[in-house]
Amino acid sequence: MGFFLQLLFTGIGIGAVYALVALGFVLIFRATNVVNFAQGEFSMVAAFLMVVFAVDLGWPYWLAFLISIAGMALLGAVFNLLVYYPLRNRTYLPVLISTIGASIFLSNSVLALYGSQAQVLPGWLDTPGFQLGPVYLDSQYLIIIGVTLALVAFQYWLFERTLIGKKLQATSQDKEMATLLGVPVAAMIMITFVYSAVLGGIAGILVAPVLFVSIQMGSTIALKAFAATIIGGFGDVAGAILGGFAIGVIETFGAAYISVPFKDAFAFLALVIFLVVRPQGIFGERVAEKA
Amino acid sequence: MGGSAIGHIAYALVAAALVALAATVKTDGYIANILMQAATYAIAVFGLSIVLGLCGQINLAQAAFFALGAYCVGLGTADYRLPFWLCLAGGVALAVVAGAGLGLSTLRLGGHYLAMVTISFQQILTVVLTNAIAFTHGPDGVSSIGRPAAFASGQAYLALAVLALSITGYLVWRLADTRLGRAMRAVRDNELAASASGIDVFRTKVIAFALCAGLGGLGGGLFAGGFSYVSPDQFSFSDSIVLLTMALLGGVASPIGSTIGTGLLILIPEWLRFLKSVPGLYLAIYGAAVILIVVFMPDGIWGFIGRLFRTRKRSPLESAGPLALCPADSGAPIALEVRGLAKNFGGLMAVDGVDFQVRRGGLHGLIGPNGSGKTTTLNVVTGFYRPTAGAVLVDGVDVTALPAHKRTIAGLGRTFQNIRLFRSMTALENVVIGAERRGNSLVASRHDALRRRARAALDFVGLGDRAEETIPSFSYGHQRLIEIARALAANPTVLLLDEPAAGLNSSEKKVLHDLLDRIAAAGLTIVIIDHDMTLIAGVAKHLTVLNFGRRIADGETADVLTEPEVVAAYLGAS
Repeated sequence: MGFFLQLLFTGIGIGAVYALVALGFVLIFRATNVVNFAQGEFSMVAAFLMVVFAVDLGWPYWLAFLISIAGMALLGAVFNLLVYYPLRNRTYLPVLISTIGASIFLSNSVLALYGSQAQVLPGWLDTPGFQLGPVYLDSQYLIIIGVTLALVAFQYWLFERTLIGKKLQATSQDKEMATLLGVPVAAMIMITFVYSAVLGGIAGILVAPVLFVSIQMGSTIALKAFAATIIGGFGDVAGAILGGFAIGVIETFGAAYISVPFKDAFAFLALVIFLVVRPQGIFGERVAEKA
Repeated sequence: MGGSAIGHIAYALVAAALVALAATVKTDGYIANILMQAATYAIAVFGLSIVLGLCGQINLAQAAFFALGAYCVGLGTADYRLPFWLCLAGGVALAVVAGAGLGLSTLRLGGHYLAMVTISFQQILTVVLTNAIAFTHGPDGVSSIGRPAAFASGQAYLALAVLALSITGYLVWRLADTRLGRAMRAVRDNELAASASGIDVFRTKVIAFALCAGLGGLGGGLFAGGFSYVSPDQFSFSDSIVLLTMALLGGVASPIGSTIGTGLLILIPEWLRFLKSVPGLYLAIYGAAVILIVVFMPDGIWGFIGRLFRTRKRSPLESAGPLALCPADSGAPIALEVRGLAKNFGGLMAVDGVDFQVRRGGLHGLIGPNGSGKTTTLNVVTGFYRPTAGAVLVDGVDVTALPAHKRTIAGLGRTFQNIRLFRSMTALENVVIGAERRGNSLVASRHDALRRRARAALDFVGLGDRAEETIPSFSYGHQRLIEIARALAANPTVLLLDEPAAGLNSSEKKVLHDLLDRIAAAGLTIVIIDHDMTLIAGVAKHLTVLNFGRRIADGETADVLTEPEVVAAYLGAS
């Protein structure tokens, strides 16, 4: 039982990271109808920025965090201008390919600048964790879960309770109508990209002390986060979060009880099973094009 | 695309010359390796030009299909001592099965799912190739891979690879102008219009995907024989991206473009070898190149060249005589019957138990105020929405359970409120796709018969002399006429027109009115939805009036238009 609870805790912790990245996917998808395949690289870049500022330059953790997040906001803006904006009036396919190109560009630029050696980022707190009954609660996992819940709450408040949230929602539902009503659609999309890059960045910085900071971390996280969005129901915010936790738990248990080398395959297996059995996900995507 | 006799002969000559050169010219090992890599990669890139170029679907796992072929040949010849050709055929078959399986599980969903699932497949395969060491030799790879006895020398094997390249290139080139190729292009341009033309969208996509995977397997199998060594890191996700970039750079819609793109992306890195001294730099440039190509050269190098030399000319088609319309006729007086039809979206009852009967050869109007459920009714009748309740009978046959494309095959033809044409194609090609509806008794499937019928349909709507122009060069009103011509060419039993007069000016409306009279005179049964009461009153013999999803009147036009409830619905009186 202790082992089971321990795994559950770890799975939820890692799932929280997938949930954050999945949230970024969903926000961009809802605003632009395009899946951003470079979403995972936002996490990777942020983790490397953190290594540069907190480890290499030795700045205080909080300062390094703020600077890294500011960097991610900038990256999100540039990304929107160079990768999405020139293609905004084309079909989804060119945009999708363009984000894949951006993903390759980002991960390999970091490789060229920083080398292929995996880096270590220490955790936020000095206390490694504490024992609670049969479960050892790692402090970094607690931080991950805490921050994720706080961000989800923040996002709920932003979208449901503020005017800018309403404008963002209007943009994602009907761009033409939103434009006619005076919503600055281009600015809303810009905000979405910046916010998603920041979300991905926070996820990357949170998970970095648990994983190694490597070039591959972005694509691994992104693929699992994407699996999470499909399991939850594509385009659904609550689904993305729930799906993220589900993927985290599934792969932790798969690795412990079935096979460690095939750990990364479990998320994809779950994805394929869902696609065949329940493609609309837990919460269901709004599909159907009007004839 | 396209192709005259001269084109075919030129292709055969160039291909024969290339094979002869590969078989005879002595090259050093380095150049031979580059050529071998280029030829086998290009075959895999042809696959992408089918799935991405013709069918508009994405495949981010072409390197995985390549790996399936390569490992079949590798393990088969090295570990199990099986004949090369058997292994190659097995590799292609395995890739086709894997491609079809992936397609079957995802192609009903949007393109994002496909992107994701193909990436997942790529990742899982890499994990398996690396970790299932007992079977695949793991990261060490497979060495001493065999070749067929007749092509044992490097020179002869290269000639074989170039021959395979030439043949597959020819087939992919010709595919665009076959029924299947047109169906793929139709799916790429507009899925709903493809369904309305009787094309099974899902099946077409799965076939495109399986063909693409098969070509990947073929390229991979030849690659394994050529280099006699394969390992998992040769077929990773980044290699799938490299293959995709090759297709995009050359021009995704043509095998020549694919070959140019492949050659360039194999040669350029060789010239820029120094870039590889910094790990990552080379792929970073790749990534940036992908974005630049997509933004600035959407049709690739070949498309760019093609636009400079726009000389492509088809033998202009003679005017083809009058359009024959011979709607299927079971003898029953009712051509289309709708019984108790209901459709709700969530809690909204858009259509609520509507009945009506359309008499054979009649022009039947379906009218009602905005939001009364007319277009929803039409979409349920033609199979684009599933009904909540009720039945639809075409010529006495219950089609309620059929999907949209099967209803088209069963005899329903339609146009759309928002024009849906295949925009990258010519007017003639659009109408050809209509004409080749399965179940159209008037044309044999021979291509020139189809083209003649399509031309006749364009003549019928008055646009015959502009048959070779692509859709964007037509005015809005003319696009409506092309859509009608596409539906007419299919020789439907019942033609359903969704607001054909919307957005037309008064002279265009006069042309439409005249056209409807001529169609009706040919004995075709028509259902028309429109708001233009002058047009409706002028052409329709019978009317069904809807309001709030319910039928409020039905009968002869003159009688219905004087009914108090109809007048009230339109004028808002109580």
